[in-house]
Amino acid sequence: MIGEAAVRAGCRFYAGYPITPQNELTEYMANAMAPLEDGTFVQAESELAAINMVIGASMAGARAMTSSSSPGISLKQEGISYLAAQELPAVIINTMRGGPGLGNIAPSQGDYFQATRGGGHGDYRTIVLAPASGQELANLTMTAFDYADNYRTPVMILGDGMMGQMMEPVTFPDPVDLQKLSPKPWKLDGADGRPSRVILSLLLDTAKEEEHNWKLARKYETIAREIARADTYMTQDAHLVVIAYGTAARIAKGAIKRVREIGLKVGLFRPVTLWPFPQRAILELSRFVKDFLVFEMSTGQMLEDVKLSLEGRSRVHFYGRPGGIISTPDEIAKVINSLYHRQRLELEEE
Amino acid sequence: MAKKVFERPKYLKKSVFHYCPGCGHSIIHRLVAELLDELDIGKKAICVPPAGCAVLAYNYLDVDMGEAPHGRGAAVATGLKRTLPDKIVFTYQGDGDIAAIGTAETIHAANRGENITVIFVNNGVYGMTGGQMAPTTLEGQNSTTTPGGRDPARDGSPLDLSQMLAIAKGSVYIERTAVNSPKNIRRTKRAIKKAFKVQMAGLGFSLVEVLSPCPTNWKMTPVDAAKWVEEHVTKIFPLKVIKDKAGKVT
Amino acid sequence: MTKKRKKGRIVIDRELCKGCYLCVSVCPDQLIGVSDSLNQKGYYPAEFKGNNTGEEERGCTGCATCAITCPDVAIEVYRE
Ligand code: SF4
Ligand code: SF4
Ligand code: SF4
Repeated sequence: MIGEAAVRAGCRFYAGYPITPQNELTEYMANAMAPLEDGTFVQAESELAAINMVIGASMAGARAMTSSSSPGISLKQEGISYLAAQELPAVIINTMRGGPGLGNIAPSQGDYFQATRGGGHGDYRTIVLAPASGQELANLTMTAFDYADNYRTPVMILGDGMMGQMMEPVTFPDPVDLQKLSPKPWKLDGADGRPSRVILSLLLDTAKEEEHNWKLARKYETIAREIARADTYMTQDAHLVVIAYGTAARIAKGAIKRVREIGLKVGLFRPVTLWPFPQRAILELSRFVKDFLVFEMSTGQMLEDVKLSLEGRSRVHFYGRPGGIISTPDEIAKVINSLYHRQRLELEEE
Repeated sequence: MAKKVFERPKYLKKSVFHYCPGCGHSIIHRLVAELLDELDIGKKAICVPPAGCAVLAYNYLDVDMGEAPHGRGAAVATGLKRTLPDKIVFTYQGDGDIAAIGTAETIHAANRGENITVIFVNNGVYGMTGGQMAPTTLEGQNSTTTPGGRDPARDGSPLDLSQMLAIAKGSVYIERTAVNSPKNIRRTKRAIKKAFKVQMAGLGFSLVEVLSPCPTNWKMTPVDAAKWVEEHVTKIFPLKVIKDKAGKVT
Repeated sequence: MTKKRKKGRIVIDRELCKGCYLCVSVCPDQLIGVSDSLNQKGYYPAEFKGNNTGEEERGCTGCATCAITCPDVAIEVYRE
């Protein structure tokens, strides 16, 4: 699904290294690039090599992508830091699995901090998109390439193994016309009839490095203003709102459908962009909602962003299942149920 | 009427090298700049400079430059060349960059037969970080991390990366030269010229390893350093064509 | 011995020179010496001694050996 969307988005360079659970994508790209005259697929010797090949392709102006899963993404962090510093567009797919260390290959959400805090060294951010359905995965893959080019920055799609298995009908957006994409007046293609260009990240002069850092910071502010996005479900009358992203949000939605049937006023808030985090939208909700339940397939990472967004205005509860455990909607419905009644009792006492 | 027979090549920017007196990097930069002009490839050349003393190469060579993370030159060059097969893509890398932290990237680029050119500057030491042992430091040679000289039992022996690369099927042309004497400088220029021509002809991976003096970290005068290359370094890293599958390229 | 054709001449840019003296060591006729005044970078630059060596068999041929050896591209070579 990502593969087809990427090709339609104009991705013409893919480099990757085998790692479960995302080999289908690598294999898809191998077959998709082969017939394209301007398409390149390289099975790299390492995750590092793959991300660095993407750096090269991006310098040359191509829409380039790599993909991996948690341990592999750790290895790619070097390159992601350079992409951010050198202001190069690229799309990186992380199909998260259980960790830390080798962990396991089951779906997990343990890489939230790594993805949203930059991940590599230095003062930078990566745009992080968290699709929750097949259709959204396809749409966001296209969006990711546009964001990457527009803002000249790496974009990560943060998913998990569940996504690959979703068997949903998807309508793919029309392929983009590569000729119509905005030109890249910074790319390297030989200094013919123009002054030579340099793409670098070394700024030995501290004043220049500071200036570069502030320039990036201003860019990140613009991005935060322009693209922060969330989806809500039945929040209008809710007393309790569950906050979850990706696969966890799908499970939570199922749970909410069940508890709505027994009359509990519960809604769902689902961040679509994890960085920038849809802070304002949560703050807005807190005017009416006093209790939030953060549900993550980790020990609590997005939880921090929720708390920061709320600035102490509402109560924040947490339920997490790390290690690759996939909760059932019934399990989450039970959690919601008991929390809901506890909080209603407290409210009545007050 | 006197005719100028030697002047600054046009692909060398007008800036003054930051390199130490007698540093081989400067000579190699100049040779590359001369060839970019002579082969008429300067306008389509893209250079991938390294981390290390030559990290500022973009201040000197007047071509497009895309800086790679330490050791990743061959991978970045792969991305560039595959996207722009008609351009001339070359990396410029030191021994630590290419034969330690970037060994894997280099070997696999060679093995895939990437149609790129690598200028591998071997001065046996990590110059920029202050003279630590490099993979190519000679046995017994002093460095800041090999007290008493490099001891094979403790530090391993000098690594001959060029030989290793020659084994890879995809490598086409590999030669080792030096810039310690006028004769060797001329030979280096011929080797780099051939390496570029191999790429221009689309034949595959080419590499020139250039033994280069680092007078500063060797703690020698430039003249002594040049002699040291002759008397010691070439004994372990002999100057020769290591592999040539290309034959005569025009 | 036949009289050498002194057809060459070099110009050393004092300010580009870093005083490595590789040129001094390679000139077949030892025509390059060292200046006795510092340049702005603080090196004693190399200096072309000229063709008036007083010895007939010594003189610059414009062979450019010095120039190709100079790391700092400080030498330009002219030939008649
Ligand atoms: S430290 Fe060595 S390699 Fe680096 S510039 Fe000085 S002489 Fe050259
Ligand atoms: S051109 Fe040749 S002869 Fe003249 S100074 Fe230089 S090395 Fe000596
Ligand atoms: S070789 Fe160049 S830098 Fe060295 S002394 Fe001669 S002119 Fe000066």
